[in-house]
Amino acid sequence: MTTIFDVLIIGGGVTGCCIARTLSKYKINIAVLEKDADIASGTTKANSGVVHAGYASSREYIRRNLCIRGNKLYSQAYEELNFPFIRNGSFVVALEDKQIKYLEEERKRGIEDGVSGLELILDKEKIKYMEPNLTEDVVGVLHAPTAGIVSPYELTFALAENAAMNGVSFFRNEKVKRINRHNYVFKVRTSSNEYKAHNIINAAGLYAAKISKMVGLDYFDIMPRKGEYILFDRNALHLNKILFPIPTKVSKGILVCPTIHGNTFVGPNAQNITDKKDISTTEAGLKEILDGGRLLVPNLPARASIRNFAGLRAVPYNSLEDKIGDFIIDNTDVYGFINVAGILSPGLTSCFAIAERVEEFLKLLGLELKVKENYNPIRPKPERFKDFSKEELDKKIKEDPTWGRIICRCETIPEKEILDAIHAPVGARTVDGVKFRCRPGMGRCQGGFCRPRVIEILSRELYIPPEEVTKRGEYTNFLVGATKDRLIENIEREEPE
Amino acid sequence: MEETSKNVVKLIRCIVCPTGCSIKVIGKDENNVEFEGYHCKRGLEYAEQEFREPKRILTTTMKVDNGTLPLIPVRTDKPLLKEKLKDVLKIIAQKQTKAPIKMGDVLIEDILEMGINIIASRNLEKKSA
Amino acid sequence: MKVYQADVVIIGSGAAGLASAIEVKKADLSVLIIERDIELGGITLQCIHNGFGLKEFQEELTGPEYIQRFINQVMELKIPYLLDTMVIEITKDKAVYAVNNEEGLIEIQAKAIILAMGCRERTRGAINIPGFRPSGVYTAGQAQRFVNIEGYLPGNSYVILGSGDIGMIMARRLTWEGCEVKAVVEILPYVSGLLRNQVQCLEDYDIPLITSYTVTKIHGKDRVQGVTISKVDRNFDRIIGSEKFIECDTLLLSVGLIPENELTLNAGAELSKNGGPIVDNNLETIIEGVFACGNVLQVHDLVDLVSAEAQRAGKNAIEYINTRYGKEIDSQGKISCFAGDNVNYVKPDFINKGDLSKDIIFTFRVNSPDRRVQIQIKDEENNVIYKRKKVYVIPSEMVELKINFSKLEREIESESIIIEVIPRPEVLIEEDEVL
Repeated sequence: MTTIFDVLIIGGGVTGCCIARTLSKYKINIAVLEKDADIASGTTKANSGVVHAGYASSREYIRRNLCIRGNKLYSQAYEELNFPFIRNGSFVVALEDKQIKYLEEERKRGIEDGVSGLELILDKEKIKYMEPNLTEDVVGVLHAPTAGIVSPYELTFALAENAAMNGVSFFRNEKVKRINRHNYVFKVRTSSNEYKAHNIINAAGLYAAKISKMVGLDYFDIMPRKGEYILFDRNALHLNKILFPIPTKVSKGILVCPTIHGNTFVGPNAQNITDKKDISTTEAGLKEILDGGRLLVPNLPARASIRNFAGLRAVPYNSLEDKIGDFIIDNTDVYGFINVAGILSPGLTSCFAIAERVEEFLKLLGLELKVKENYNPIRPKPERFKDFSKEELDKKIKEDPTWGRIICRCETIPEKEILDAIHAPVGARTVDGVKFRCRPGMGRCQGGFCRPRVIEILSRELYIPPEEVTKRGEYTNFLVGATKDRLIENIEREEPE
Repeated sequence: MEETSKNVVKLIRCIVCPTGCSIKVIGKDENNVEFEGYHCKRGLEYAEQEFREPKRILTTTMKVDNGTLPLIPVRTDKPLLKEKLKDVLKIIAQKQTKAPIKMGDVLIEDILEMGINIIASRNLEKKSA
Repeated sequence: MKVYQADVVIIGSGAAGLASAIEVKKADLSVLIIERDIELGGITLQCIHNGFGLKEFQEELTGPEYIQRFINQVMELKIPYLLDTMVIEITKDKAVYAVNNEEGLIEIQAKAIILAMGCRERTRGAINIPGFRPSGVYTAGQAQRFVNIEGYLPGNSYVILGSGDIGMIMARRLTWEGCEVKAVVEILPYVSGLLRNQVQCLEDYDIPLITSYTVTKIHGKDRVQGVTISKVDRNFDRIIGSEKFIECDTLLLSVGLIPENELTLNAGAELSKNGGPIVDNNLETIIEGVFACGNVLQVHDLVDLVSAEAQRAGKNAIEYINTRYGKEIDSQGKISCFAGDNVNYVKPDFINKGDLSKDIIFTFRVNSPDRRVQIQIKDEENNVIYKRKKVYVIPSEMVELKINFSKLEREIESESIIIEVIPRPEVLIEEDEVL
């Protein structure tokens, strides 16, 4: 790769892609390197999907302010990028009278810091009217109407698509191994390529400390903290509000929360672990979140669960400041190297505000940021079968028959949406890539009906045999061969020369 | 009277009816046996067959050239000696048949010269151009 | 928008859809079958093993052979059908909307609807197995589809969770395709499916059946590398310390079937405990003119009984159109049917009082196995109005009873009846060596 990028972003999660999109308006050359087979493969796809109104942490933490600012920026981003998002509001739930004081203090702090609409509701009837599933034990809630729910991976795809539309290059399956510096140019070595850049944004999530150390910046560590979730069938439970318990020092607690697609989840717990690849759920963890969730919603439909999963928060320990758990967004001593690390909650909410900060740093570094004439901030809303009226559908199918071949029964997804997901900029290359972009496999049959069809479509569109179609990249193949292959191999092995 | 020692040569579970009797095959050697534990004639017949010449119907698939599907389900038209199952499977694995096919069509005749045919279990149309 | 009109529209072309369609066509009513797959036949097409048709045809057929006979009849009777067509909505006034890539969105206007959508499989997420989420976890039916229809092997070495018939059949199937099946794991203390399958699918190939165990963790970050199984106690709780690891690259789940009633709910019908729609003795749901049969109504074990049930649904749809369609007919009242001791669920959910002179077919499943039992039907006053002996009952075998109350000279005065299965009062239960 001979291009010297103005900005190279390491990490294709929501943070990296948001920075890429924000910078894509300028006449600069930008690239994103993602180690996995797809963007949004790490923490981005396994979190609560909550856009917080304010944040219950000390004002000394920059994450508090970036969160409040970030929340506000969601509205314009939503108009431009058309990702699934709604401001349905949240309740922080007090189950004991002595907790009301905490809610009052939080409300006061929030108002002072510019969070709008915060109200303390003590009228139980009103609370139950707003959220009928909430426990009878509720004594009061802090209602934040500006809180919302978003699909964090669909947001990331929207960011990446818009960035790509505006000239950003994305390279997936590129794991950074080494970074050298020579004459103000960084040389970033991956397993099979080398990239050059004037500036690097380290948004590498769980591996941000590893990347930072590659340029000699060894002042923080990232500790994975696991959070497990259970997702419930939308027919079994429908929630209006995001429900938070009173938070602890360690985490926001176990939520019961609606998803933007109408399901409900419970989780996450918080368990410090050491293995950054350990996204397994555990018997104890699943029990813990069910028990915790039942405090808020006593009739959690455990028998109507669709799926359980876990994500890892990137918890930062900053040794320079002796601080745990605050974003590390630094214009570092290595000129041109910006750390954007430890983006744990409220990272999703803060992403647009974090991108603004990075923009500021790049200006300070002397990068000329001139807006492109043909910059297009709009990423059109992906066409969805479910959004069309009957007349529109009929017309659409007659124009393009792939609208009329339904692949996913549970979510009513036609072949067209899958083709769009594959052929979009930074499009799907794996079964999970298709699943996260347009949902086949997310319904109650979990791919039982649609999996063979999705594999067939990927095989056809990517010109690879079905055995090479993977779930999410290397080693995650679904099929090991054609039906008679094993028998024929056995025959060949037994046959004497 | 001499008392001969008897061993249980084999234990057979009868599958003819839901009762599922456990039938013991008793004898000094494989050629002189008695059956114990059956409760009906069908059970005894099953046990005798299963002991001397266990047979199975084989159902599997065969590759198809130019059909609407890549495989066609097939079966043996008569029960097959259990010990021959593996060999028959290998022969079928190496064969490819051509569409169109009608249910009952003989796809491999007299396999392993046992008087048993491999027949198609369904119709399969030719792939349209 | 294209509009089809038919007396009866049938959703699904599996065993239930085809049998009911044939019945309706034979009565000279117009019929349209809607099928989402590329050919008629439903799930029976992928069940390439034999054991089908003993009741219906007095022959032992493979699944495809069984269903081919019905497909042939559909062709002979020239019954219209749409393939590759997905029903997306049934409105509350019985309009059916479907899509396919040739005709676009189509509307089907029918006097009666027969629901025959079958069922789906219970998944890993539904039973909450903890662990990683690698590729290589399938349901047994999914694997069967890949191996028998699509032409691909999902893996090389398998552990199968669930010893129902489909799990055991797949154990043999995969062995016959040269793969290694390490074990079949069953949470109950006994095998869940037929003894015949245990002998011919597992014992024939020395595949261990491990009872009173379940899978408690899935290993492998990218692809399955193995499973941990643990013993369970009588409450199905894990016994700590009993864990065993089995190396494999594929886990097959055969842990239950769920009737596929998304559309049924859509139409405004209600579901009962077993996951199927609430129906009366005519297999009619609470929506007039909407009938249900086959696995969508209740999970069956024998396809023969599906065909018989579907034929009844077809006949009842015909009767509905000829006598009740478009008319206001007063109901004479209903008798609710409840599940009593050792009964998991009963169909129908209620009987029309006006139908008491007809044959009524009850179907139910028991909660736990038992031998030498008595099936009883009692009224609200605890009077036994029907009883019948049975040698054994087991949850994996649906029980069918055909009763004509008027022939029994039994008046049912109460508003509800209860069906229960109890040990025979006069029989001493002996120790049984074999179970």
